Amino acid sequence: MELTWQAIAFFIFSALTLGGGFAVVTQRNIFHAALFLMLSLFGTAGLFVLLIAPFLAAVQVLVYIGAIAILVLFAIMLTRRLMGLTISLNQQWPAAALAMLVLFGVLLLVLTPVGDDILGQNWSANLPTDGDTAPEVTYITVREIGVAFSTQNGFVLPFEIVSLLLTSALIGAIVVAREDEAI
Amino acid sequence: MVGIFEDLGFEAGLAAVLGNLVGVVVLATVFLLLPIFTIWVERKVAARFQNRIGPNRVGPYGILQSFPDVVKLLGKELILPRNVDKIPYLLSPIIMVAAVVLIVAVIPLAPTIIGTDLSIGALYFVSVGSLTTIAIVMAGWGSNNKYALLGAFRTVAQLISYEIPLVFSLLIPILLVGSLSMQTIVEFQDTYWIIFYVPTAAVIFLVSNIAEIGRAPFDLIEAESELIAGYMIEYSGMAFAMFYLAEFLHAFLVAVIFSVLFLGGWQGPLAQDVPVLGIAYLTIKSFIVYFAMLWVRMTLPRFRIDHLMAFNWKFLVPVSIVHVLVTAGIWSALPEPDLSGGWFARLGEEFPRMALNLVASVVIAVVSLRLLRQYAEQERQRLSEVTAMVEHKQYPLATTGQGAQSNVIVVGTGSGD
Amino acid sequence: MELGQWAFVAAFFVVAPLLPIAPIVLNRLLAPSRPSETKLDVYECGVETVGDTWGQIKVQYYLYAIIFLVFDVEMVFLFPWAVALGSLDFSAYLAGLVFVFLLVEGLVYAWRKGALEWN
Repeated sequence: MELTWQAIAFFIFSALTLGGGFAVVTQRNIFHAALFLMLSLFGTAGLFVLLIAPFLAAVQVLVYIGAIAILVLFAIMLTRRLMGLTISLNQQWPAAALAMLVLFGVLLLVLTPVGDDILGQNWSANLPTDGDTAPEVTYITVREIGVAFSTQNGFVLPFEIVSLLLTSALIGAIVVAREDEAI
Repeated sequence: MVGIFEDLGFEAGLAAVLGNLVGVVVLATVFLLLPIFTIWVERKVAARFQNRIGPNRVGPYGILQSFPDVVKLLGKELILPRNVDKIPYLLSPIIMVAAVVLIVAVIPLAPTIIGTDLSIGALYFVSVGSLTTIAIVMAGWGSNNKYALLGAFRTVAQLISYEIPLVFSLLIPILLVGSLSMQTIVEFQDTYWIIFYVPTAAVIFLVSNIAEIGRAPFDLIEAESELIAGYMIEYSGMAFAMFYLAEFLHAFLVAVIFSVLFLGGWQGPLAQDVPVLGIAYLTIKSFIVYFAMLWVRMTLPRFRIDHLMAFNWKFLVPVSIVHVLVTAGIWSALPEPDLSGGWFARLGEEFPRMALNLVASVVIAVVSLRLLRQYAEQERQRLSEVTAMVEHKQYPLATTGQGAQSNVIVVGTGSGD
Repeated sequence: MELGQWAFVAAFFVVAPLLPIAPIVLNRLLAPSRPSETKLDVYECGVETVGDTWGQIKVQYYLYAIIFLVFDVEMVFLFPWAVALGSLDFSAYLAGLVFVFLLVEGLVYAWRKGALEWN
């Protein structure tokens, strides 16, 4: 395989994502774990750029790093004396490891030709391999996303449902957070 | 730039990397050195506002004052306090400056001169700007100091709150132009600047951006009397200076971005043909906006934190949401004018759309300010009643309980350098 | 080409952190370093520090963060809508109107319940 600049970038971002993720689960200091989570999310944003989905990349940074990570940090601070705890492996790790293995297996079957060999033809998504010529891909622009959001043939109903979901999340959060004050 | 390296015989990919790197270094360094000048401007203007002379020893009008300051800072001890959480503590000033420098990448300086005209430029500006929040949390946490942590959390609460009206007011130019690309936004403004369509949105954008930088009157995040510089308290030497560098650079970049979004960027007579003129126009516009920001900074006293939050959530956010909805309604109801003619023809064609939007925007401003005034009068009335009762020794403060706190007026101490 | 533009941004991401690192390192090399017991202590205007730094924060911060997150996600959905609006008919505007109104409801609820107050 030829080592293109794209490939190098892909390896760097994958390393950031995986390495960050690994550090999140192994770090004993929960604040450091949160910082590594941001690193991992940043790597994902880079992967989105490589997939020519810049809108998703910007959203990834804006929402996940700029908002959700901040929320995570606030949640950490909200919990008294979390710093003093040494967080060790809890009892759930075998279940998590099993789930990971299953997910990995499914991805392997669906995304690579291995699936075809084991489960018969046309099982895997026919992604191009090194031998094939790259297929024509049309990249989605922000305008097209917007058109899809607001036309009847597109996703206008999911679009509104998202809003409903966000509102209920907001109301739910307020109710939970102010529980003690007996609203 | 890439072409030069290709001519020198580098392989195409490598040439792209080298060319980009050189371009970035030049662009970023130019902008990074700007604060050396803007700090002088700021000190001089601040001095004049306070009836002082300001720096006047080094160079003509003290213009070289920043250079000895830099040298002095280089000689200051870099203290790494005991008990700090080293990695976040040291990363924080670096991320802070880096996040601000990254904004430079999408600023269109002239018709042909732009770092890179990303298709999502405007969103990139917001996304990268949100990285400063992370730096502040890291500083607050890493410093292992109660004041730093308290300051950091206050700052973060302020920054995330003001990001909402900022983005809503940013949505309005995007809506008019129909693109997120910065260059397209500037090109749209070759007839009328966007500020003529939506002046209210422009004001909201500027105000929320000033809050986002944490400048007066929104500078209570570093309130020296209560928080002793907030999250920066444990920093010294150049590490401390980096926070200030980031602030000054960010302040100037906000002026530049404002000029790009609302004041037509590089647009001006002959700018299409002579790129240098475009840069000059953008610079002049940016410095005018920058001066306005300084004016605000030097004039208004500091907010109190509950007022700060109320001002955002109960005034700026609702007004900006209403503005987005009104402008969007007008824009989608009106037919697209024919913009194929010459400049004067387009000026005429565009006029009805512009005028209608302008009227709507001004109406929004007038109505919201009237509501605000009404509320203020009520508050003043209530307050004077309370004061009268206190004078007659009826002490309502003790009896009303909950309301007591909001009756106390605290006037900020203003800003000092 | 889109990816070429991002190569430039990537270069920015490489160079941007180096710019602040340079003066800090220079400072480290040039400036004197004479650490002492008091100098390295927590700075609290000379008063001995009491208690734990990483104490509990107020629920209020968390509430603001939640409300912010909800609005942030909303804005992300509104960006494509705003970009496409000019080229679509009025029904697209109505779709956005309903979307925003549902969220304004959330804001009104938060306001009514006092979640926006700073105590």
